[in-house]
Amino acid sequence: MTHISVTVDGTAYEDEVEPRLLLVHYLRDRLGLTGTPVGCDTSSCGACTVELDGTSVKSCNVLAVQADGGAVTTVQGLARDGAWTPLQRAFHERHALQCGYCTPGMLMAARDLLRENPRPDAAEVRRALEGNLCRCTGYQNIVAAVLDAAEAERAAGAPAAAPAREVPA
Amino acid sequence: MTGQTVAGAGQTAAGAGRTAAGEVGRARLRKEDARLLTGQTNWTDNIAVTGLLHLAFLRSPMAHARITRVDVSAALERPGVVAAFTGRDLADGLGSLPCAWPVTEDMVLPAHPPLALEEVRHAGDPVAVVVARDRYAAADALEAVEVDYEPLPPVLDLEEALAEDAPLVHSDKGTNRAYDWPLRAGEDFAAVRERADVVLSRRYRQQRLIPNAMEPRAVVVTPLAATGEYTVYSATQIPHILRIMLSVVTGVPEHKLRVVAPDVGGGFGSKLQVYGEEAVALAVARRLGRPVKWTESRSEGYLATHHGRGMIQDVEIAATREGRLLGLRVRLLADMGAYLMLVTPGIPILGAFMYPAIYKMDSYAFDCTGVFTTRTPTDAYRGAGRPEATYAIERIMDELAAATGLDPVEVRRRNWIRHEEFPYTSIAGLTYDSGDYEAATAKALALFGYDGLRAEQRERRERGDTVRLGIGVSTYTEMCGLAPSRVLRDLRYSAGGWEAASIRVLPTGKVEVVTGTSPHGQGHVTCWSQIAADVLGVPFEDVEVVHGDTLVAPQGMDTYGSRSLVVGGSAVHRAAEKVVARARRVAAHLLEASEDDLEFSGGVFAVKGSPEARRTIQEVAFATFTSHDVPEGMEPTLNAGHVLDPENFSYPHGTHLCAVEVDTETGRTRIRSYVCVDDVGRVINPMIVEGQVHGGLAQGIAQALYEEAVYDTEGNLLSGTMADYLVPSAADLPEFVTARTETPAPSNPLGAKGVGEAGTIASTPAVVNAVVDALRPLGVHDVPMPCTPERVWEAVRAARETRTDGEEAPA
Ligand code: FES
Ligand code: FES
Repeated sequence: MTHISVTVDGTAYEDEVEPRLLLVHYLRDRLGLTGTPVGCDTSSCGACTVELDGTSVKSCNVLAVQADGGAVTTVQGLARDGAWTPLQRAFHERHALQCGYCTPGMLMAARDLLRENPRPDAAEVRRALEGNLCRCTGYQNIVAAVLDAAEAERAAGAPAAAPAREVPA
Repeated sequence: MTGQTVAGAGQTAAGAGRTAAGEVGRARLRKEDARLLTGQTNWTDNIAVTGLLHLAFLRSPMAHARITRVDVSAALERPGVVAAFTGRDLADGLGSLPCAWPVTEDMVLPAHPPLALEEVRHAGDPVAVVVARDRYAAADALEAVEVDYEPLPPVLDLEEALAEDAPLVHSDKGTNRAYDWPLRAGEDFAAVRERADVVLSRRYRQQRLIPNAMEPRAVVVTPLAATGEYTVYSATQIPHILRIMLSVVTGVPEHKLRVVAPDVGGGFGSKLQVYGEEAVALAVARRLGRPVKWTESRSEGYLATHHGRGMIQDVEIAATREGRLLGLRVRLLADMGAYLMLVTPGIPILGAFMYPAIYKMDSYAFDCTGVFTTRTPTDAYRGAGRPEATYAIERIMDELAAATGLDPVEVRRRNWIRHEEFPYTSIAGLTYDSGDYEAATAKALALFGYDGLRAEQRERRERGDTVRLGIGVSTYTEMCGLAPSRVLRDLRYSAGGWEAASIRVLPTGKVEVVTGTSPHGQGHVTCWSQIAADVLGVPFEDVEVVHGDTLVAPQGMDTYGSRSLVVGGSAVHRAAEKVVARARRVAAHLLEASEDDLEFSGGVFAVKGSPEARRTIQEVAFATFTSHDVPEGMEPTLNAGHVLDPENFSYPHGTHLCAVEVDTETGRTRIRSYVCVDDVGRVINPMIVEGQVHGGLAQGIAQALYEEAVYDTEGNLLSGTMADYLVPSAADLPEFVTARTETPAPSNPLGAKGVGEAGTIASTPAVVNAVVDALRPLGVHDVPMPCTPERVWEAVRAARETRTDGEEAPA
């Protein structure tokens, strides 16, 4: 057992974990933060993508001990005070999700892209999301949503992570 | 709730008099999204129960072997392990897994134990189950289970499997032939062949596909020992059917079983199943009196979740030199895999009705043989039988175009059923209710810029461009809304084709719609709200839809085969009409008018000629609830239910066009443009329809270009992980141009036809036709799927080698 301290979605945790425990299982099984799902066992699908210290990582490919001292953001930490991020809003408006299983990972990977490149074109969005598989949408609406969110963020002068607008009723 | 609050609420609703008009046809944003976008999800794997134990399955590493010994005793010593069972240990009270579709009277139906007993018959066949306090401990302990296998010969090739002396998948059955299923219609094929100018025969292969719903399968069972009740949570498309079947398999009485499909992360047919792991989980929960959970790993799922397709199609057509079809002959070998699962044998039979597609002909002959192999069982995958049929006919129509020197669109035009000929009974005996192939095709050609692309194609050929432009067309129809129950009887399917809906109007005027369909991404909550809101005249926001739990939605046939909207949505529509009829009685009573004198529109009953005499449906709901002043004998609810058995299948259709650039030097194919015009009848929510089409296209294109379950000569699955099996990413797929024509289906009150499978059915042949079209001048007539760079390059090389003159054939 190894001691870790980690901040997840703004809450600090101290824990003893087995060295082999994956970050995604730590989040899901230990902290009960089940918003981040698992889709594969080969780091191929991206469903489990979260942010670790401001960069997106596949949490099935990171050990919980590697997050020691770090800050993790999951999909459950995006909306604040009842307000969605521009990305969440754009996914909703563009019908960029069907079953929604890939969606947490898509949102986290797209945040990473927009932080690095606030003005991506469609081809850049497609390349940036290459590690995140969706079986339902055919990606077209996901790409459109990311482009919309980029524009909304630029218009608002807000960084990718900032919440904006109200959650719809 | 106090009386006053209720009264107040009733008055508020009445006072506001809010109405909804024209919900159907609006691109309503989805009610489903809020939870999914914020991670407040209820996937089966999220379900946490105190004292939960975790299951892990030990699976056969071999395709075929006799089990001589299984010993779980060492596993029991491992830390955290609570129990471990072999097939024998659980055999008492755990029957064979069901097959609900005995397509012929004499179909061979082998036993399918949820845990293997004497033999394993495919890599991944489960042999033992370990139960531990956490998932890591369960997985670790699998190593300690000892199994002795005596290898048996694998059975992999469909033709060799039918040879006299072939090794047998099920030795007690004496054959690998599951069934033979013929269909003959019209003139004798040999006779039309005789008088044909053109006879073409081709062999097409439908590679095995792995459905790859993003959510792996999972099941949680919680027992209540005192009453013998169990709740089964499963990532399933079919909670109602699963409940019946689990009862049959385990002997737990049906009324003691509750099956819940919580949030389900995609299915595509792979969750239309009664899986061994579900039955074992129930058996273990019963044995131990403890809640248990199993979640599949992706690699495990590749071995244990059913596969799709897997067929060899020998297709022959006879035609005139003007390109008119005279006859079609199809011989099909369909890979069942090792066992017959819920609807395995029926999948190719659904296809049998679709090979004639949108074409008129004088003769049709079809024969299918179901073949056992030592591979993962096959079953439904998006489109289920219909994509395979459409692929074969649309590929060979292009061959006919090449043989007659006609444009591929022209060949189709000369053969298709014309708009004025509907309803039209196809040669396979289906009555196509409506369609307009001319309109869909004309629209698609215009959007695509067909003539311009053909000109560019000629120009590039002439200048010897090594990157060839190819244009592929695919026209299609499919049968959705499976199906009138009497038709299912004739097809020997062991269930009905009806769907149930009920509507509860609450005292405050809010509405609950209970549906027997069980969605996994299709947006039923939103669409069903739109349907109910329109009929009842209540706001969209005032409708809630509940589903996927046999306790709250006790009756249903679940979701598959694009049936949900056509049958389930229509049931909602009919139930809502019954609610209005009940409300009309009450409103007439309250207004002291005759029912016939009331007009109902926008949620308001008004007396004809005196519009100030009115009652909103919300007022009526409250009045009905208080029951202070209702017609004699009226029960105090506005609730109503309807079970709808469809009159006919529905027949979506459309035209898809694909332009590809194929690099003849590297073999690489790039989709340059993709245009489709689909006619899915009346559209409830255009945004959702478009999303369904996009997803379908992605899966159909993936079959054409990327995906294949690959086995080695021993029967090991080589494409056994997501890293080895190419599910396309955003970077692999193009932008799609989608459009619609709308020819309402006359056979249901919505006029809807179904959309979930259209994109998959039509896109695979459109893409492969385009690839072959690009290469045809080089002498290439086919590229087997998936058309990987290697296969394309190989086809080009082979064609070059067989040509002696080095000249290209005319384009
Ligand atoms: S679950 Fe982490 S990448 Fe698939
Ligand atoms: S929405 Fe279902 S996997 Fe992406």
